[in-house]
Amino acid sequence: MNFAFTEEQEELKKGARQFLENYSASEAVRTLMETDTGYDPQVWSRIGTELGWPSLHIPEEYGGSGFSYVELIAVMEEMGRALLCAPFFSTVCLAANALLVGATEEQKLEHLPGIAAGETIATVAYTEPSGKWDASGIAATATADGDEVVIDGTKSFVIDGATASLLIVAAREPGSEGDAGVDLFVVPADTAGVERRALNTMDMTRKQAEIKLDGVRVPAANRLGAAGSGWETLSKTLDLACVALAAEQVGGAQMCLDMSVDYAKVRVQFGRPIGSFQAIKHKCADMLLEVESARSAAYYAGWAAAEDNEELLTVAPLAKAYCSDAYFHCAAENIQIHGGIGFTWEHDAHLYFKRAKSSEILFGDATYHREILAQRIGL
Amino acid sequence: MDFDYGEAAEKFRIEFRNWLEDNLDPDWRDRVGDINLDNPAAGADHPWLREWDRRLYDAGYKGIAWPEEHGGRGMSLLEQVVFHEELVAAGAPVVANFLAETLLGPTIIRWGSEAQKERFLGPILRGEEFWCQGFSEPNAGSDLASLATRAVRDGDEWVVSGQKVWTTNAQFADYCFCLARTDPDAAPHKGISFLLVPMKQPGVTVRPLLQPTNTDEFNEVFFDEARCPAANVVGGENNGWAVAMTTLGFERGSSVTTQFLTYERELSEIVESARARGLLADPVVRRDLAAAHTKVAIMRANAYRTLTALTTAGADLDEAGSGFHPSLNKLFWSEYHQWVTNLAVNLRGPEALVVGDGYRVTSQQFAFLFARSETIWGGTSQVQRNIVGERLLGLPKEPKPEKNTQR
Repeated sequence: MNFAFTEEQEELKKGARQFLENYSASEAVRTLMETDTGYDPQVWSRIGTELGWPSLHIPEEYGGSGFSYVELIAVMEEMGRALLCAPFFSTVCLAANALLVGATEEQKLEHLPGIAAGETIATVAYTEPSGKWDASGIAATATADGDEVVIDGTKSFVIDGATASLLIVAAREPGSEGDAGVDLFVVPADTAGVERRALNTMDMTRKQAEIKLDGVRVPAANRLGAAGSGWETLSKTLDLACVALAAEQVGGAQMCLDMSVDYAKVRVQFGRPIGSFQAIKHKCADMLLEVESARSAAYYAGWAAAEDNEELLTVAPLAKAYCSDAYFHCAAENIQIHGGIGFTWEHDAHLYFKRAKSSEILFGDATYHREILAQRIGL
Repeated sequence: MDFDYGEAAEKFRIEFRNWLEDNLDPDWRDRVGDINLDNPAAGADHPWLREWDRRLYDAGYKGIAWPEEHGGRGMSLLEQVVFHEELVAAGAPVVANFLAETLLGPTIIRWGSEAQKERFLGPILRGEEFWCQGFSEPNAGSDLASLATRAVRDGDEWVVSGQKVWTTNAQFADYCFCLARTDPDAAPHKGISFLLVPMKQPGVTVRPLLQPTNTDEFNEVFFDEARCPAANVVGGENNGWAVAMTTLGFERGSSVTTQFLTYERELSEIVESARARGLLADPVVRRDLAAAHTKVAIMRANAYRTLTALTTAGADLDEAGSGFHPSLNKLFWSEYHQWVTNLAVNLRGPEALVVGDGYRVTSQQFAFLFARSETIWGGTSQVQRNIVGERLLGLPKEPKPEKNTQR
């Protein structure tokens, strides 16, 4: 029985925190969030080469370092704490997972080494302007034409969609419905007919794009795995992405709690630190209860992902639901505990609040994930 | 990360499971929440419960956490967890003398004199002497250190006077382990002693305390010049606060880490009842039941973290993040349980609110009503939040009211 990180994993996490405190401090986040690309190529390159974070959970035969999902969530937590502005989540937690789950051996060998080395920025484009997170939201079509496939449609809310060089696009066989007939295709972003437009997002620390696909032709061999297996691949990819996101949310929620507690100790009103008032103290206690519970859920889900066991099906949606609620609540309370100063652009509280909301909505809110859980536990 | 209990614990699991199969009568199963309901007057004194206790003892399953030199089995924490898991899985009742076995025994082993160990430990294990815990008082609930029960020395004896309340099983108890003020001039925490007081004597009156459930697990206990031998102080005169903290610390033990099992069982009953009533197509019901499943699953994960911290040398539960703190655990389960028992009543509808003759409640009604006490006993939710805020987060204490400010 050991539900904790190993010493090596703790070291990895500590190292990540130190690096991010240096290179993803508030000032850097604020600078990057104002840019179109939303990341610092130099920092990204160091993350890929020196630190090797994109390679963590990718097996060695595909250029990775062959650790597990547990190592990945350890660094995800720290990225969430620091609001890291980088295409890590899209590249590793979405695209690399989609390849690991659904790609053929050949496709893995072609695309994963570039991701593991931090050279390729990639993402999964599956949501459309309807904003639906399930298979019914996929309306884009993939029409076979000899050795090629022609993709038409519009993708939206695509994480790092404007900066990624490699897109994994979900589209369906014309006339198909629901989970059936969906396929994922590897589409280089510079393919003719791909038109990308960055969205102005409320959460400026994570960039999104709309991607129009107008008669985009790719070889049929760019389909991940067997025909019609796209939703199965995507569904598992989303479970894995939700686990990583849950860990990121834990890091963000913990930071909100830390900011609140630090402030409550030094802010004096009525001749006392406000943290000595039970109204504030009990808010902080509730935040800790939620942060620690969210951590238990995310870590447990990380273990299930690492083991690739059947528990993943239930713990991924429940971790996503619980961690979403916990992060949003902590981020909101952080503004309240800071009072007036917490409601300024200058203070970081709103950056966490906005990230909390965008993470909550991403892949479906808590209500959506509770319904997925309900289905999977046989309700 | 791994969630294996190890070979020894799993071997013990098989042994104990087989034993339960042969020794836990089918009639005794699944009556955990029901013991006081089928005969409110009998409570922990059911003959079958005593028989169950005896079978456990005869097979060497009493005091499994106690060191062997004191008649226990000296089991590892993981084996204790397995023991509790199997009891819950089999639907076994809580042993009648659990307060003595889980709280007092370990306290005596830690603080008691050789004579006390010799005199009291054996009868606890053999179920020969039943115990109740006399801590809370009418004016000392959350603020336990303000307790007013006094003990005055009279030759070879202590003479105890005062009132205790919320005293579980006092009506059956042979002895009370009780906190009394032995130095009225000392600071509140410093003048208290931990006494072992016989209950069957003229100076002790027990009055059952009827609760909203129309059952009486709890009692009021009045000490009116009750007597106990001077030697019955545990851990030394005026050192009772430290001893009591040890006792309360044992509540952090292995049962804390298996509590979610009870809630898993309870939730699956609620789900089946909702299914039977055709409610599972309702999206709101689905959402609520999924939320309940989520919370129970998180309790399981939290329990594994506590267990990891408890089995890791040098881990300190009071350090935020090292494990899952008992105060956080108390808040989580007690507030969950109020919420889910209320949900269960809502899902059953008006039928849930019809009680039996003589206001006899069903186990579901009992759980719904009793859950209101769970955010009160063992430290209220508000006290737990103070502990979390001050001890884990390091927030400043509430300033003490200044003296002499009365108008």
